[in-house]
Amino acid sequence: MHRHISEQYELELSQIRDSLMAMGGLVEQQVINACKALIEHDGELAQNVREVESQLNQYEIDLDDQCVSIIAKRQPTASDLRRVVSVMKVITDLERVGDEADRIAKMAIRLSGTPMPVHQYADFRDMHQDVLLMLTNALDSYARLDIENAIRVIRSDEDIDNAYDALIRRCTTEMRDNPDEIESAVSVMWAGRALERIGDHAKNIGEYVIYQVKGTDVRHGSEEVPDPDEE
Amino acid sequence: MTEVTQEQPLENETSAQAELETSIEVDNLSLYYDENQALRDISMTIAQQKVTAFIGPSGCGKSTLLRCFNRMNDLIDNVRITGGIRFDDIDIHDERVDVAELRRKIGMVFQRPNPFPKSIYENVAYGLRIQGEDSKAILDERVEWALKSAALWDEVKDRLKESALGLSGGQQQRLVIARAVAIKPSVLLLDEPASALDPISTLKIEELIHQLKNDYTIAIVTHNMQQAARVSDFTAFLYLGELVEFNETDTIFRNPQEQRTEDYITGRYG
Repeated sequence: MHRHISEQYELELSQIRDSLMAMGGLVEQQVINACKALIEHDGELAQNVREVESQLNQYEIDLDDQCVSIIAKRQPTASDLRRVVSVMKVITDLERVGDEADRIAKMAIRLSGTPMPVHQYADFRDMHQDVLLMLTNALDSYARLDIENAIRVIRSDEDIDNAYDALIRRCTTEMRDNPDEIESAVSVMWAGRALERIGDHAKNIGEYVIYQVKGTDVRHGSEEVPDPDEE
Repeated sequence: MTEVTQEQPLENETSAQAELETSIEVDNLSLYYDENQALRDISMTIAQQKVTAFIGPSGCGKSTLLRCFNRMNDLIDNVRITGGIRFDDIDIHDERVDVAELRRKIGMVFQRPNPFPKSIYENVAYGLRIQGEDSKAILDERVEWALKSAALWDEVKDRLKESALGLSGGQQQRLVIARAVAIKPSVLLLDEPASALDPISTLKIEELIHQLKNDYTIAIVTHNMQQAARVSDFTAFLYLGELVEFNETDTIFRNPQEQRTEDYITGRYG
């Protein structure tokens, strides 16, 4: 793609992209820390996640403002328009991922004073690794405008949904078999629900990558997601 | 010249156009100023009662193409044209075509408002008088109708006998449009109609274009891409005399299919 005749415009567009990536990096770290805090019963780390949350909100406000300013001043068209629109959409999803990390941190604080359960959160651990990989891939695909990777992200959401169902089943069994663990199991179910939501947001980001690159809207099955091998 | 019929859709007919009535068909049109080729093998259709915008950098041939539609280029000595243009299914270059009649049906408005140094009323009545209309009742009726069509009536109805040169630039341009509309053309060609106007007058012209398309086929050349985006149904992007992309306006501005279109409308170095 050629550069804009207006260097200032070029700069403004690259700034929103850079800020978005910085926000993405912070969100990723929040999810990592929240899950670690829960698995390791680390109340201090969980508290730290809750404090950082406000930074994400500020990112959202600043980035929205920059996007609106570009629309007002530059009236972007074609790929520029799609970039600004997709950044605004991704911001919202990232902010919500941040909210989910905050929710996991709340559960982590609740669990931090309790004894470590025998299962050591094995199911949650597996699920969180898959979700983290999905989120990282979503952000990578956005940074590189990599359609193939974006499609894989979209398709992997189903695996996350299945992992969540399995987690719920095991938590339910555990509650039945071991009523003393009900409180811990409920917390894990809530945290698992947050992970499942993070997967949904990562999927959305993958869809915005396709929108930005190809101009097609694949949300809600409105257009078929292309086969990654054909890309 | 190749015959183009409804059964053979032109290569540059957009899918949305396929269902519309055609006003003007351009078929392999090339135009030369002496040895310099200004238009290269252009084929497209202009749909009836729709607004078609022509965009592209200076010298790309968009005004030249517009002037082909009512044979305004005939007035230039060294112009040579190959290929064809059909209007209402008649070859406009056929020797039996009366050029004055063609220009009555395909009116034109230019960049700078060019009212005659006459009264507001006489400016609008001029074309009708030339056609031999001298009934005052009919002229009065048609002048009022044309000024209303051009959204100017309320501003000038009490000063119809005053000189048109006393109007503001925006009013003069709407007066010129009223003059063009008065003789009930089928097509209006607008060559940068708002480029010499302030933003408010520009918006009034744009609003007028929206209203006029209920009755007329409109082709507009504009340097203002946002204007093309706002007023047109279809957009043609020309570059160095070539029709690079012709599509629904929404597609051109949201997801153009050609890299050169993308570079131009987003303001990139081509």
